[in-house]
Amino acid sequence: MIVHSIFFYFFSIIAIFSSLMVITSRSTINSVFFLILDFISVGCLFIMVGAEFLGMILLIVYVGAVAVLFLFVVMMLNVAEQKQSWFIGKKSTHIPTGLIVSVLILLELLVVVGGWKYKEDVMSSSSLFLSDTSNTHQLGLVMYTDYILYFQLAGIVLLLAMIGAILLTFRERKGVKKQSYINQISRNPSNAIELMEVESNQGVKIDD
Amino acid sequence: MIEIGLGHYLSLGAIIFFLGVIGIFLNRKNVIVILMSIELILLAVNINLISFSIFSGDIVGQIFTMLILTVAAAEAAIGLAIIVVYYRNRGSIRVEDIHGMKG
Repeated sequence: MIVHSIFFYFFSIIAIFSSLMVITSRSTINSVFFLILDFISVGCLFIMVGAEFLGMILLIVYVGAVAVLFLFVVMMLNVAEQKQSWFIGKKSTHIPTGLIVSVLILLELLVVVGGWKYKEDVMSSSSLFLSDTSNTHQLGLVMYTDYILYFQLAGIVLLLAMIGAILLTFRERKGVKKQSYINQISRNPSNAIELMEVESNQGVKIDD
Repeated sequence: MIEIGLGHYLSLGAIIFFLGVIGIFLNRKNVIVILMSIELILLAVNINLISFSIFSGDIVGQIFTMLILTVAAAEAAIGLAIIVVYYRNRGSIRVEDIHGMKG
């Protein structure tokens, strides 16, 4: 029990600190690294609370794919030198407005959490790990039967994202020799082979 | 304090959500940081869903967390592609320079 709370506070303090550093650090590349740290610590929290499959998925998908995507874009766009700072600029009216809105949202959320009356059957964390089947097993039992439509829709969303990203960043370049399947397939011996009379000491000019 | 309950996880989610909203509002230099703030907000939503799912013993919350993970990955890919195209056309992704819509 004490170990659970120690690990919870450890990982949640790391998560809060690193998400604070994501939005305040001066260079973008540091923000990406703190985002990775944030995902890792929240993934550890998920594993600790009993959602092992989603914790691992968070580590694989976010740290392995999304964060690397962010890193690629930061390196490609050469924005690492673009220091970001909040207080440079002529009009800074967005700062008090943003602070007011954000603090209001935080206060509302904390009021909701603080005024929460738990039902009696909400389990405490001491009785969490009583299930005899693993988390992945339970997820699979539900996801491939009752929620198969949502699973397929998630696949379609990913496919559309892939197509959209490729279409957006596709750029036709001039002077690049490409393979043309139509021309390849439509070749036949009558227009591909040519017989020539070769004169002595003259040579043949091909591919003019 | 020692007993970690549902409220602790919800508070953690609320704090991370709040930091993400602050990041969207206050950052004026770089669009990539705004995308990262959106990722933080989605992560906070995931924390809420998973903690409710675990503490009320219902697995369905984790299904929806997987859907949110999918949407977040798709959103990051599309958003970064748009940023790359914008940088290629304009040569800058500073938030102050993006005022084509007069917004």
